[in-house]
Amino acid sequence: MDPSSTKRAIAGSLAGVGLLAFAPDLAAGAGFSSTFLPELSQVVLNGLKLGFIISITSIGLSLVYGTSRLVNFAHGDMVTFGAVMAFFFNGAAGGPRLHIIPAGLLAIVAGAGLGAGLQKGLWQPLQERKTGKIQLFVISIGLAVLLRHLILLQFGGRPRSYIQYALQEPLILGGMRITPRDLVVVLIAAAVLVAIGLMLTMSPLGKAMRAVADNRDLAEASGVDVRKIILMTWIMAGALGGLGGVLLGVVENVNYLMGFRLLLLIFAATILGGLGTAFGAMAGGIVVGLVVEMSTLVSPTELKLMWGLAVLVVVQLVRPQGIFGRKERIG
Amino acid sequence: MKRRGLASRLPAILKDPLMLMAIAVVAVGMFAAFSPLPGLRIFTDALRSATGGQAAVFALAAIGLNIHFGYTGLLNFGHVGFLLVGAYGTAATVSTFGGSLWLGILIGMGLSVVLALIMGGTAVRLRADYLAIVTIAVAEILRFLARSRAATDVTGGVFGLQGFADAFYDINPIPRGIYALGWLQFTERRLWPIVAGWGLVVLVSIVVWLLMRSPWGRVLRAVREDEDAARALGKNAFGYKLQSLMLGGVIGGLAGSLWAIHLQAVTPDQFLPIQTFFVYAVLILGGPGTVAGPVVGSVIFWFVVAGFDSFLRAAAFAGYIPDFLGATEAVGAARFVLVGAGLMALMIFRPQGLLGNKREMQIVAS
Repeated sequence: MDPSSTKRAIAGSLAGVGLLAFAPDLAAGAGFSSTFLPELSQVVLNGLKLGFIISITSIGLSLVYGTSRLVNFAHGDMVTFGAVMAFFFNGAAGGPRLHIIPAGLLAIVAGAGLGAGLQKGLWQPLQERKTGKIQLFVISIGLAVLLRHLILLQFGGRPRSYIQYALQEPLILGGMRITPRDLVVVLIAAAVLVAIGLMLTMSPLGKAMRAVADNRDLAEASGVDVRKIILMTWIMAGALGGLGGVLLGVVENVNYLMGFRLLLLIFAATILGGLGTAFGAMAGGIVVGLVVEMSTLVSPTELKLMWGLAVLVVVQLVRPQGIFGRKERIG
Repeated sequence: MKRRGLASRLPAILKDPLMLMAIAVVAVGMFAAFSPLPGLRIFTDALRSATGGQAAVFALAAIGLNIHFGYTGLLNFGHVGFLLVGAYGTAATVSTFGGSLWLGILIGMGLSVVLALIMGGTAVRLRADYLAIVTIAVAEILRFLARSRAATDVTGGVFGLQGFADAFYDINPIPRGIYALGWLQFTERRLWPIVAGWGLVVLVSIVVWLLMRSPWGRVLRAVREDEDAARALGKNAFGYKLQSLMLGGVIGGLAGSLWAIHLQAVTPDQFLPIQTFFVYAVLILGGPGTVAGPVVGSVIFWFVVAGFDSFLRAAAFAGYIPDFLGATEAVGAARFVLVGAGLMALMIFRPQGLLGNKREMQIVAS
């Protein structure tokens, strides 16, 4: 990502946050009814909660695409893997029955291990065989189907919850209702997003990741160990996917389809932000989360996921390269 | 490309492990299903599935997808969306609006053209991976709409539509009676959709064969192999892709109508994205870019999947497999594990499938 697009990214995010801050005033100015305002702030809060989780999981998908040009269809099932691993450490009969916080940390490690194992054991050998891009894409779909149903075999089809924090009384904050659990999830997610942002801009590893995602050949010629960076990207994608799964499992529940349901929203977020860009994926995730939850103001709740997908299609119509992506000639 | 007869290709076929495996599986299955010894449930189940209406539906769907993926190189991952509009077009015309079934099939085909134009208008100009994501999103949007409460009056919501296929069963020309295929038995009412389905598959295959050896088909393959070269020769690549999307979409829509008639019911959750992946598995198994590939692929796919299901169920019943999930749920999941692993293995080791041309498919897959 070149400096000007980083600036655009920051300016765009600031504008977005600014709009959100003014949204209540705008709504009040437009003379909406008195119940509209609390409802709006409530759905914005719900949207941020979902959006942060989408953002965390999208960064991995986007950076993997950027560094190895692979659209990883199994990314959603890596999210499920994290959530399910945390369940095995936490609530499974015969498991170690750890508290959800250490269980979640172990699940993140397991997710990182899955990412590293897939890159070392599957994707790297395939790419060395010069397997084509479309072939890799279909292989990742096969992997997604395989992983999801292996999880179903082990975990079963019934949704389950972690032992801790399953039921809580919501707090009332300025008219918005949020359980302490969800509040903590939002804060953790926000902190992780800031940390990842700092890591990507400040640390040598993060800079190398963005350099490889931006232009692999140039990075390689400048002395970046591309193979190591791709492996690190997979580890990060697996760890963040695992974290996203645990957070989603805490606020909703754990089931074998949760990652696949999230996957299309993750795609929407990464394509909205520009496939291959990390900050684009972050911003895209928040926008998609907000769209999904805010759609409930005007359309039935059962259709809210549909609006997330509609974002994807509309973006493809008006700006196929996404907000922060570079324009490429595509036939 | 030089075409060689089957006889001269025989030595190559006999050296081909996947081909030998497929031939062996089918031969053993057929022998067991027709042999005088009864009791081999696994093989009769497999044969029933491989020759049944479901296999015909998937063969037809794969023929449509073959035009997109095999001949034009379009990565359409929302193929189930075409099946959805075909099935709902047919069912809703009869159940909701009181029209005739035949009009419904035509409306289903018309809706498929509209869907192809929508997907094509937004997505055909995109790179392959973007196209895949957009098409899967469009198909999911359609499913969400079909099951939404707002559309219940037209689509029946989550419960779907039933009882629209009587006109099809009324014209059944097969005389009353019981018909047997090995150990399988069919009443004339069960046999009719199967015969009609496979008849349609053969008919559409012939049309595709004629189209693909026409100049139009050659341009389509030229667009697949080198779009820039085709454009440099003055061919409108975008136009050809759109036509390909429409033709394959209409065939997908027909497959949806056939599915609805075969099941005599339509529900929105029949059209999950996983069905598209099944169609891909069928197509890649048979051989993308070949006329017979989708048909052969569907027969072998359902033969293996149903045989595997039946085998697991028998093994669980006999106590060879620990009953850790409740056998039916585990068997359902194991089927998908097999399909996922099979799809990966095929794409890694054999992207051209049973019948395809390796060199041709490497170009598509790169």
